[in-house]
Amino acid sequence: MDETTHKLTTALRQAVRGRISRREFTQLALASGVSLAAANSMFSKAWADEPKKGGTLKIGVGHGATTDSMDPGTYPDQFTGTALWGTLANSLTEIDADGNVVGDIAESFESSDGAKKWVFKVRKGVTFHDGKPVTADDVVASLQHHRGADSKSAAKSLLKEIVVLKADGPDTVVFELTGGNADFPYTVSDYHMPIMPKKPDGTVDWESGNRTGAYKLVKFEPGVKATFTKNENYYKPGKGWFDAVEFYSIKDSAARTNALLSGEIHYMDRCDLKTLDQLQANTDFTVTEITGYGHYIYVMNVTQKPFDDVNVRMAIKYSMDRKDILDKVFFGHGTVGNDNPIAPTVKFAVDPLPKHVYDPDKAKEYLKKAGLDSLAFDLSVSDAAFSGAVDSAILWKEHAKKAGIDINVIKEPDDGYWDNVWLKKPFVASYWSGRPTVDWMMTTAYAADAAWNDTFWKNARFNELLVAARSETDEPKRAAMYAEMQQILHDDGGLVNMQFNPYVEAHVKNMGHGKVAANWQLDGMRIAERWWFT
Amino acid sequence: MHPVLKTVLQRLGLGLLTLFVVSVVIFASLEMLPGGFAEAILGQGATPETVAAFNHQVGLDRPATVRYLEWIWNILHGDFGYSYAGLGGNIKRSVSELIAPRLYNTFFLAIMTAVVAVPLSLFLGIMAALYRNSWYDRIVNTITLTTIATPEFFIAYLLMFFFAIKHRWFYSLSTVSENTPLLEHMYRAALPALTLTLVIVAHMMRMTRASLINLLASPYMEMAQLKGVPRREAIVKHALPNAWAPIATVIAFNLAYLVVGVVVVEVVYVYPGIGQLMVDSVSSRDMPVVQACALIFAATYILLNLSADIVSIVTNPRLLHPK
Repeated sequence: MDETTHKLTTALRQAVRGRISRREFTQLALASGVSLAAANSMFSKAWADEPKKGGTLKIGVGHGATTDSMDPGTYPDQFTGTALWGTLANSLTEIDADGNVVGDIAESFESSDGAKKWVFKVRKGVTFHDGKPVTADDVVASLQHHRGADSKSAAKSLLKEIVVLKADGPDTVVFELTGGNADFPYTVSDYHMPIMPKKPDGTVDWESGNRTGAYKLVKFEPGVKATFTKNENYYKPGKGWFDAVEFYSIKDSAARTNALLSGEIHYMDRCDLKTLDQLQANTDFTVTEITGYGHYIYVMNVTQKPFDDVNVRMAIKYSMDRKDILDKVFFGHGTVGNDNPIAPTVKFAVDPLPKHVYDPDKAKEYLKKAGLDSLAFDLSVSDAAFSGAVDSAILWKEHAKKAGIDINVIKEPDDGYWDNVWLKKPFVASYWSGRPTVDWMMTTAYAADAAWNDTFWKNARFNELLVAARSETDEPKRAAMYAEMQQILHDDGGLVNMQFNPYVEAHVKNMGHGKVAANWQLDGMRIAERWWFT
Repeated sequence: MHPVLKTVLQRLGLGLLTLFVVSVVIFASLEMLPGGFAEAILGQGATPETVAAFNHQVGLDRPATVRYLEWIWNILHGDFGYSYAGLGGNIKRSVSELIAPRLYNTFFLAIMTAVVAVPLSLFLGIMAALYRNSWYDRIVNTITLTTIATPEFFIAYLLMFFFAIKHRWFYSLSTVSENTPLLEHMYRAALPALTLTLVIVAHMMRMTRASLINLLASPYMEMAQLKGVPRREAIVKHALPNAWAPIATVIAFNLAYLVVGVVVVEVVYVYPGIGQLMVDSVSSRDMPVVQACALIFAATYILLNLSADIVSIVTNPRLLHPK
């Protein structure tokens, strides 16, 4: 940024805060050689970008069920996540718009002993909605809720690396892990782990909805709606602009669109891609498209024939026209994959070379290397894996024909797909919602001993790097290790990453926001505290 | 014993038996479905230990027969139990608390629809019989057959498009809660009620018309015509009383549909009725809620059929005064 622009932006910031007048700003701008018209438009735009208080935000979410409960261990999806975590509560840490982990309830955190021991300092002056200050005991009880023999929390496996969890004084929490993990602060940013008040009996009060977030719970009607009112004592400066927030569970996408069009809601998630053009043409609304961490994949069991030969795997990877599928099945919404499960927005992500694009000749070459003229195999798919899995597979079958590969697409029943097909059949369609760090994603699905290693891929070098990188606190060294791991997976692994799917959402024109986070839908599920009405 | 009373008692007895059978069938089918409540709620986070902990907490680790017997014992004592969702905390969700507001909303919508649809279809049907094969008859038939042949979600989208988006006369969301005032509740439920009216009118109207036309050929109608009774009076006074039995049966059938079968309309308009609750509970295998909903649905059918039979008996002197 050159000096003039820097001065002008600073002046603008002063202007919207009322420190200097519009006239003073214009004079300064003219003096710097900006035209009067340009100066005027800069000034009005800055005003629109500046957050304003007030209004009731109504959001339509395509999730939610009557069986949803206040227990964060059982939050299943975006409705509970966005309403009961992102709006109502805070975790120890949070992931910012750039994908970095920053302190939330924790003011600071630091590791020692090769990232094996972590010390989190609880932020001073944070209170629950009932006015009680947050202490280290509350944090310990909140995380303890997910641990222990009788825990029924979905986050239990995330926290199993913790050996010791204890409060050290009123504002210090100490974690000791089984092994070093430099990404541990990311783990505790998860939406299943809000900080809740401890009850006298040592357990945590999850039932009442007394939390720390920017909004207080007014009423939660599972599967219907959740209403919130502003928390005047919210600790975060410059966050939480609305007077009230209402979430509606509208599972039918046409009904959600209609609710937006008829002005009943201001924001909708999961737009219907088929009718998105019409919605985009409507000037009253803005459609946003954020490439998240989620990706649609086909995974093969590399321990079974013919997939045990890396040349066969390469041939298969080159036989799919990802761009064609993206255009025809997903109407161009998404980013084509390159057989690397790490989304481009994740820290340490790389785009390994050579890119796996559609190349029937190269596929044939690889088949020849494997000693084959042609190849035939079964591919088990269902739209339970992801919506569009069947259509994509059928299109792929056509692409692969040109490479001498005959894919027999088997449509499996939706019900029980994850129990009976995934991890059972040799080649299946699958989906990951992604993870905010390389380590988390790789540990979940590609480590040799991962419960969900759906490619059954066990690469010695990869697993060695995975463990080494986890406790490596030197960032450039870590980056190099992660780059190598992504390259190995790209060249040798059993996954065909078709595409990263975007969060396509729409909202009324008069809403303002900063950079939108990519870790979850609805601005990292924290839209209620981050956005405002202009 | 009076024949009506006898029928009522007989039917209620049979009804109880039916309810019992229904509860066994529903329980058994849910048991046979793959996966359980813990797996459905935890999704990807379902590890064997957490599933076991979950199942232990809600008592799913006990044999099915024990659970069923315990459930039916509690039902006989008027206790519908607690939903599996949110168990383990201090605030348990009792099934009756969960169902009561939903059931109220469903009945509200059903009654609102019935108040419009039943008189309307009777009127249209009688008129159609009266002016059989006229232009009026044909137009009414075409329109009602079109609306019944169109999927209800599509009718709902069309109505939403015209009345909520093009002209903002109605709400596209019908979200109501306990503290919604009566008038607003009616206003919010207007579009769903209209959708359902369009869906059920054809059936009732066609049945009214058909049963009346059937009777028009009978000798007493000929006699009425010969003695100079005007056609309109002949139909209303002589034919209609004899046609009540089949009409009542169809009306009962459609009213039952309004209570148990409107989940699609509920989803499209986001109306918090009992259908949505049942579907959610089935997909997450929340047994106590599913069982209670199934019992309510079965009871609705039984009671409405019973009332249809009572109407048939009361309107037929031969049945009312048997020898």
